[in-house]
Amino acid sequence: MIGLEHYLGVAATLFVIGIFGLFLNRKNVIILLMSIELILLSVNINLVAFSSFLGDLVGQVFTLFVLTVAAAEAAIGLAILVSFFRNRGTIAVEDVNVMKG
Amino acid sequence: MIQADLNIILPEILLAVYAMLALVFAVYTGKDKLAPMLTWLTAVVFVLVGAWIGMTGSGENVAFNGMFHDDGFSRFAKVAILFSAAAVLVMGQDYMSRRGMLRFEYPMLITLAAVGMMVMVSAGDLMALYMGLELQSLALYVVASLRRDSVKSTEAGMKYFVLGALSSGLLLYGSSLVYGFAGTTNFAGVIEAAGHDHTPLGLLFGLTFVTAGLAFKVSAVPFHMWTPDVYEGSPTPVTAFFATAPKIAAMGLLARVLHDAFGGVVGDWQQIIALLSVLSMFLGAVAAIGQRNIKRLMAYSSIAHMGYALMGLAAGTAFGVQAMLVYMAIYVTMNIGTFAFILSMEKDGQPVTDITALNMYAKREPAKALAMLVLLFSLAGVPPLVGFFGKFYVLKAAYEAGLAWLAVLGVVASVIGAFYYLRIVYFMYFGEEGEALDKGRSSVQYVFLMVSAAVMLLGVVNLFGIEGVAQAASVALVN
Repeated sequence: MIGLEHYLGVAATLFVIGIFGLFLNRKNVIILLMSIELILLSVNINLVAFSSFLGDLVGQVFTLFVLTVAAAEAAIGLAILVSFFRNRGTIAVEDVNVMKG
Repeated sequence: MIQADLNIILPEILLAVYAMLALVFAVYTGKDKLAPMLTWLTAVVFVLVGAWIGMTGSGENVAFNGMFHDDGFSRFAKVAILFSAAAVLVMGQDYMSRRGMLRFEYPMLITLAAVGMMVMVSAGDLMALYMGLELQSLALYVVASLRRDSVKSTEAGMKYFVLGALSSGLLLYGSSLVYGFAGTTNFAGVIEAAGHDHTPLGLLFGLTFVTAGLAFKVSAVPFHMWTPDVYEGSPTPVTAFFATAPKIAAMGLLARVLHDAFGGVVGDWQQIIALLSVLSMFLGAVAAIGQRNIKRLMAYSSIAHMGYALMGLAAGTAFGVQAMLVYMAIYVTMNIGTFAFILSMEKDGQPVTDITALNMYAKREPAKALAMLVLLFSLAGVPPLVGFFGKFYVLKAAYEAGLAWLAVLGVVASVIGAFYYLRIVYFMYFGEEGEALDKGRSSVQYVFLMVSAAVMLLGVVNLFGIEGVAQAASVALVN
């Protein structure tokens, strides 16, 4: 029987993979965008699992909001990426280094 | 029913409709030729809506089943947000149009960001919180990379985007845990679940994630890494905007979540906020010492200031929230003046950000140098000026809440931090003879610099009555 904790486990694993993808990736900015999507999707799994477990629809409404905002966020991220590529000629993460923090 | 709800969020609706109409209007008519006019118009609209909210709002109104709270606290924050956004729009207009950066989208994006911030400070539900935060953030990612042909600006936008999206992810993960363990996304429901002696562990995990996500937005250490790069890379008027309105909104949102949703478990979040506060104050004070770029320096300065504002929150009392609100209002006023000065720093028409360029500035423009001196002393928290009272307030709040160690560390950090402000004063008054900066061209910037400095001097009398307003606001939040 698959219970709530299994869903939470999958979501937590995806979340951690997403976070590691953000921090360990040195290759390509597109992978950063994919990691961000992964984090948001893990949140969606969490919300839907809780929603079904609690018998409460609010979690699924929240999921729809998250999906919509994630789409807008990806669009803006790609737009910024394109204008960065035009100026810099590369999208390697190592090359995002004109300013050193 | 719906009519009453819509009446409560009327200011937000008006601003959003204004932004969309103006956008369509500009696309079909003059495009960028309209930009200066639209900038001024937007500033006027902000001031009018801000005055309207400040004058007519009263009592506590709840809309959409507790999703949206219109109370004294949110009105205080909204007025501060709208006025500071209007000031920043007006003062950067000349800078941007001379460099061909003033597109008509700029004032509209700022308007949408302002709507997002207004929703943030009024949020009474995790969903409203998230939607407000994203509306603000998405608009800010775009304005950070407004200068499409500059590597620095697009890089700033990219860094801001990636780290901002990460923080949204943390916040959402926390929200999902809070929802799961409290059974509701409504703050009023969460506070019941979190109020008992046995708060579920999952709820505390959720609280921690949400706090971490919001700490990104207020740029508190250890979630500050984006701040210096984004401040340096963005066009200066945008930097000035980042340093003012979004900070109030994020601090307001943090206060609202901590008190409205987790007011029953103050002991659990107090340590987190106190730690963020100490780290921010010290990192902000120490890391700024090596900076030559005044925009990076202001980034570290804002990190340190957020540390002090968080100290007020860490107290966990109504007085602490009042101290935080007073501190934020003072901080924003000082920053508007300081950025008006930074915007006017240029040589041969090109913007200059190196602080050594200010050598012997006092000889050439004594009035502006004096105003800047007042502002820098105030930022450092030197006693007779208003900036000192802000610090005094938060220190007192922390001390009264039994966090004496935090107050002591705050004083130590403020002494360290005074060094880099005073170094700018040193360059202006005693530096070596160097090439002169241009005379300031924009009278608007001059006015903002002078008014801000005058406020720092004259405010010592009674802080312009802001204490009473902030107290009413804090009582509305913490009860």
